[in-house]
Amino acid sequence: MNILNEVKMSFPCKSRNEALARTAVTAFSAQLDPSVNEIGEIKTAVSEAVTNCIVHAYRGRTGNIELVMRILDNNVLYIKVRDRGCGIPDIKQAMEPLYTSAPEEERAGLGFAVMESFMDKVTVRSKEGSGTSVTMTRKILSDKADT
Amino acid sequence: MPVIIDTEENTVIARLSGEIDHHTAKELRTDIDLAIDRLKPATLILDFDGVTFMDSSGIGLVMGRYKMLKPWGGSIIIENTGNQIKKVMRLAGLDRLAVIK
Ligand SMILES: Nc1ncnc2c1ncn2[C@@H]1O[C@H](COP(=O)(O)OP(=O)(O)OP(=O)(O)O)[C@@H](O)[C@H]1O
Ligand SMILES: [Mg+2]
Repeated sequence: MNILNEVKMSFPCKSRNEALARTAVTAFSAQLDPSVNEIGEIKTAVSEAVTNCIVHAYRGRTGNIELVMRILDNNVLYIKVRDRGCGIPDIKQAMEPLYTSAPEEERAGLGFAVMESFMDKVTVRSKEGSGTSVTMTRKILSDKADT
Repeated sequence: MPVIIDTEENTVIARLSGEIDHHTAKELRTDIDLAIDRLKPATLILDFDGVTFMDSSGIGLVMGRYKMLKPWGGSIIIENTGNQIKKVMRLAGLDRLAVIK
């Protein structure tokens, strides 16, 4: 896969940066001319991944979140969200809809389910104690008819 | 001002606006819960007309209010959701906990 364009960002795990990450991905993907629907879904997926770093990976500690955005061949948007937080002991369980390790904080356990339903492919890599990366791709069809 | 609360005898109406994510949900929750605690309403109306974005933090917000109303059998009505938000709500099965209009 050729990388046609790439932007990397790094920001501290502050909750106000959730909106910043959404704005960044909206601006970056504009070059693929996505529909309102597509951009709405991509923004939601990114919001989930970034929120997970803040809520789970760092849990009130400080640390940075890395956001990598790429344009690949065939109108494919690639996004990677990476933290160096606590890691996920059981990825399979974590990705099950409604599973949450933080029910007392009113988490619904749906972040991964949202990412999987709004993106074409979601890959999670994680190591306990050293962090997690979530890689997502979505082919932009720009089907303006479906908005 | 992300939420405006109106109350009528047995009903709390929360008019939400802006983006609902983990960052903004806390404040929304505090304001809504204040009204719920005071009134113990039979119905909570969540009006999403002014909401431009919502992720799973919004689902947590609705589920949490559902649990709060449960002891006295209160119910939730969700109004004016756009396409995107409706999709997230369906994914979460919120239509089983609340009436989505
Ligand atoms: N970056 C991360 N670092 C550590 N643990 C994570 C990370 N992302 C997810 N998890 C774990 O996976 C679980 C499921 O994540 P998911 O986003 O699906 O649900 P949630 O965050 O608990 O709830 P919601 O996203 O609905 O608010 C989390 O509860 C947490 O235990
Ligand atoms: Mg989550």
